[in-house]
Amino acid sequence: MSNPSAPGHSPAQGHEGAMHENHGSLRGYLTGFVLAAILTVIPFWLVLDHIIGDFKVAVFVILALATLQIIVHMIFFLHVNVQSEGGWNLMGLLFTITLVVIVLGASIWSMFNENNLMMPTMSVPIQQYHAPAPPHSPGS
Amino acid sequence: MLPHTMPHRAAIWNFIFGRLSLAAFPLGSNLEDRIVQFTFIGVVVIGVAILAAITKYRKWGYLWREWFTTVDHKKLGIMYMILGTVMLVRGFADAIMMRSQQAFAFGANMGYLPPHHFDQIFSAHGSIMIFFVAMAYIIGLMNYVMPLQIGSRDVAFPYLNNLGFWLTFGGVVLFMISLFVGDFSTAGWLGYPPVSELQQGPGVDYYIWGLQLSGVGSLLSGINFVVTILKMRAPGMTLMKMPVFTWTTLCTSGLIVVSFPFLTASLLMLSIDRYLGTHFFTSGMGGNLMLYINLIWVWGHPEVYILILPLFGVYSEIVPTFSKKPLFGYSSMVYATVAIMVLSYLVWLHHFFTMGSGPAVNSFFSLTTMLISIPTGVKIFNWLFTMYRGRVHLSVPMLWVLGFLFTFSLGGMTGVMLSVAPADFLLHNSLFLVAHFHNVIIGGVVFGIFAAINYWFPKAFGFKLNEFWGKVTFWCWFIGFWVAFGPLYIMGLMGVTRRLSHFTDMSLQKWEIAAWIGALIIFCGIAAFIIQIAVSIKDRKKLACGNDPWDGRTLEWSTSSPPPEYNFAFIPNVRDRDAWMDMKENGGDRRPMEGFNLIHMPKNTASGVVIAALGCICGFALTWFIWWLAIASFIGIFVAIIVHAFTYRSDHHIPAADVSHFEHTGNWNPEQQGVAA
Repeated sequence: MSNPSAPGHSPAQGHEGAMHENHGSLRGYLTGFVLAAILTVIPFWLVLDHIIGDFKVAVFVILALATLQIIVHMIFFLHVNVQSEGGWNLMGLLFTITLVVIVLGASIWSMFNENNLMMPTMSVPIQQYHAPAPPHSPGS
Repeated sequence: MLPHTMPHRAAIWNFIFGRLSLAAFPLGSNLEDRIVQFTFIGVVVIGVAILAAITKYRKWGYLWREWFTTVDHKKLGIMYMILGTVMLVRGFADAIMMRSQQAFAFGANMGYLPPHHFDQIFSAHGSIMIFFVAMAYIIGLMNYVMPLQIGSRDVAFPYLNNLGFWLTFGGVVLFMISLFVGDFSTAGWLGYPPVSELQQGPGVDYYIWGLQLSGVGSLLSGINFVVTILKMRAPGMTLMKMPVFTWTTLCTSGLIVVSFPFLTASLLMLSIDRYLGTHFFTSGMGGNLMLYINLIWVWGHPEVYILILPLFGVYSEIVPTFSKKPLFGYSSMVYATVAIMVLSYLVWLHHFFTMGSGPAVNSFFSLTTMLISIPTGVKIFNWLFTMYRGRVHLSVPMLWVLGFLFTFSLGGMTGVMLSVAPADFLLHNSLFLVAHFHNVIIGGVVFGIFAAINYWFPKAFGFKLNEFWGKVTFWCWFIGFWVAFGPLYIMGLMGVTRRLSHFTDMSLQKWEIAAWIGALIIFCGIAAFIIQIAVSIKDRKKLACGNDPWDGRTLEWSTSSPPPEYNFAFIPNVRDRDAWMDMKENGGDRRPMEGFNLIHMPKNTASGVVIAALGCICGFALTWFIWWLAIASFIGIFVAIIVHAFTYRSDHHIPAADVSHFEHTGNWNPEQQGVAA
């Protein structure tokens, strides 16, 4: 093997966790915790006290809060930023976002189409199921 | 078929044994039970013989210290390969049973397998071949080769590597128990509802928990390899200087990390449906079974690329080595790999064109599917151009590559046929589809695995594999494949559907018998492979080949064969692609023989075995509703994880004297002798 690296380089090589990057501070974790708690309480409050009348609007507000929640988790708990781990964290994040958008988007698209293409007799309004059904009656 | 409810008996027995009762054991005298009984006797006899041999030669301590608790990526790699081979035999036993049934169950002859048994066999065959053969093999290969190729001493998380192996093994154990205790799932290898919903007995639960265990194992391996490649490359090895196999390992691992959570989540929702009575995937009560098919294929399609990409890497290592020239179009190979990695996430809907998403959705996924054949075509041409005007040496690994190029290309073309949505309406669920995916998986993945075993075996053990039996293996598989699956293509074009346990049209029997003969030829291939290993071990002195038998190009050939525990006494400095060839050509291939330092290595751990055993027990308890055991083992897992977290000394140092001794003699000190030559 040519060019052996300088003595002293070889031990460990990763096992000791060569890079101790920012693993957060107490202040950061507390900020994150408070934000996460607030973002969790709001949807419960919205639903339990029926704050928003329109069902669809309520769903979108809750989804928006959930997205904020994800961002809070990533910044304060997972410490994702542009520089961490030499940019690889950001790269991984972008890859994940791309895939999540593809998967969610295409799933909703195809499921929506399937629902639309159902024959009228086959599609049953979902409310019908809310009536108490007799237990263990498959096919009824 | 077993009921999904508790048997009628005293409550205390139901508490202790859940729904497990004597009815779950195949004690009957019908043919179906007799087959299982004979298998059981065979397994017991062989198992007892092996255990007795280990006891007689006092190898338990050696196995425990050197193998079961090891965190050495090389030993784990070898264990994965052994596991894959054992499960290949199991999966093939299922295959030959199906072929024998289909070859003779015509007209008045109902064959020897009742439909319920036949359904279990095709479900087990598919699941085992994908999860415990192909996955075990590729993770084994990546484990063994990748750290050596990047000049590293181990993977980033050695303990997780050990845990991942044992979790996979736990899944195998659950699948094997299902052979003798209760039934296996009859819902196919992906467990589609409604067949996999509550009305099915415990078989689906075996399937779910087996896959959940091994799925976590695969996920851990994926994370491990990504971090290893990104963090632990030898100095100088930039991304674009990595060997192509390392590149494909990186892309495959990335795919594992982002796709296996989909499998876990889909199976989790299915199990919540089954255990808690929710309605994610029932067609009543607002659920949608199409959603399961959608979700599981979001994992399922990337999965087939997870399987094939590492083998593309294998071919990219073998072709240049045996053509005596650098790989043609290295950059295009890398970009094609990355393109496949991203595109593999855009095609999953082609698995259910007929579900009714309409022409717009189908056209989109049709196009993306055709698109993904372009980077694959780029790779094929790169291999061909590498061989062109090279000095091609037709050794066994190269033979497999040529067989692959022919077989896989044809399989890819039938894939393009299936990607045309209107054609798929005619071909879906037919034997044409069965022939197609066996064509790409056997022609691509299995051929590649055999190529890789023949190529890297000398690295792992210091002697070559027997050429003659290697060639017999190749020709049996190559001819056997086409004899077995050619008829399936023909019948598929005639419209014969898959998974039939009986035929009424007598004119099809000649094709089925041809396919059965093909399966027998493949059986000879598997036998020849095992003979090849046995003969080579017997003749190991004669086949001993030194450290670099193929005049290799990449770093794994720069160290000893087999490599020491620490892989490299000095971490190499990389200047160019094909780093080892660069060193040889520029006179830098002499090993330093002095100035050794002590080497810091991870220490063995029993936590992996313990956690996986508890996980396996938990899966079994959940399958049979033995709640006390499920809760106890689940708590046990947590305790084991916490106890492991308090291991303060998870490392040890190899003294410089030992390193020096090995580097000079090629042997460990007698008391340390681990791998017997």
